[in-house]
Amino acid sequence: MANQTKPIIHGYFRSSCSWRVRIDFALKGIEFDQVPVNLIKDGGQQFTEQYKGLNPIQQVPAVQIDGITLSQSLAVIQYIEETRRGHRLLPTDPKKCAQVHMISDFIASGIQPVQNLYVLQKLRAEKVQWAHNFIQRGFEALEPILKETAGKYCVRDEISMADICLVPQVYNAERSGCCSVPNKRLNQTVLKVDAFKESHPSCQLDTPFRGK
Amino acid sequence: MATQTKPILHGYFRSSCSWRVRIAFALKGIEFDHLPVNLIKDGGQQLTDQYKALNPMQQVPAVQIDGITLSQSLAVIQYIEETRPGPRLLPADPKKRAQVRMISDLIASGIQPMQNLYVLQKIGAEKLQWGQHFIQRGFEALEPILKETASKYCVGDEISMADICLVPQVYNAERFKVDVDQFPTIKRLNQTLMKVDAFKLSHPSCQPDTPADIRT
Repeated sequence: MANQTKPIIHGYFRSSCSWRVRIDFALKGIEFDQVPVNLIKDGGQQFTEQYKGLNPIQQVPAVQIDGITLSQSLAVIQYIEETRRGHRLLPTDPKKCAQVHMISDFIASGIQPVQNLYVLQKLRAEKVQWAHNFIQRGFEALEPILKETAGKYCVRDEISMADICLVPQVYNAERSGCCSVPNKRLNQTVLKVDAFKESHPSCQLDTPFRGK
Repeated sequence: MATQTKPILHGYFRSSCSWRVRIAFALKGIEFDHLPVNLIKDGGQQLTDQYKALNPMQQVPAVQIDGITLSQSLAVIQYIEETRPGPRLLPADPKKRAQVRMISDLIASGIQPMQNLYVLQKIGAEKLQWGQHFIQRGFEALEPILKETASKYCVGDEISMADICLVPQVYNAERFKVDVDQFPTIKRLNQTLMKVDAFKLSHPSCQPDTPADIRT
């Protein structure tokens, strides 16, 4: 598929869902433009009418690519998988592919949404405990699954969409002070990969002071 | 792929995620066995050690199929898509596929998790308002998206995974007393889909574990 213009990611340096898409682009060697959407400043730039026109759910990321606008990071990642060459992020074997989907959805539906910014802002109190509870619960469930599926990476020995989901979720866990982060070995292994390092929240265009 | 035994669906009649899988099986003409997991009785049968071994997340559904156990309804649906013949649940065109996934994920990640049982139990007394809020917000976002993508069904004129996600979420919306009339595209699509056999047969009102007092 001919690509005339670079894709644009509307995202936030620290958004785990935006990070997933950045990792994906880096793994595939896709150059892109970033348009930062600051989730805190001005009451949250995701709430502007302009951004709402781009992504009605008013969350990040939104990606403009090949003449369409996509939201939902896993939809973006799988679109890239189907339209670009490069390292496969979904195994050809259907059972392994299903395991990648299962782990990815576990994180993207089972953990991240219930501890994202919007939900935490809606809670009256105990935001930290809430986030801890859901991340902890999710990781405790993920650990036995990964024990079965993992080799060097989440599913056997190739980086997949599951690893793309795991690393940002571990980052969220550490930021929230979640005490026990399982899957440490996997996370450490994956963080050594260039695509994960380059796309890390600590070194993005909109990272404050290029620090943590 | 040769399959020797019927898949087993561990689910709950009223769980929207379980219903998604039932719809997919029905659309593909796949016979399966039901093993009910009552989310309320006995403190919630999903919390037993036995069920936890099957699905460590302690949620429904879990599906035993082809010698593996899968959880996460969309992972199950996409596995069936790749391994069984029958009508396509994802379009051939990559852009339309992406739209199907986007709509499915908007529901499966953006709405349903915030109003599932475990979260509501943690919210406590205000659970109705909480659930209403997230469904309302999700449908307000979904309506303009579907206005762009929908024709007879959510994306174009073929039933897809997006429709499979939409109908159970509308059912949930009604249970939380969200007025679906506010969303004409969602309402129209739901009415059209509810005439399709696979959606009717798999409806919560007529499952093996549907309580007698709400069975139709």
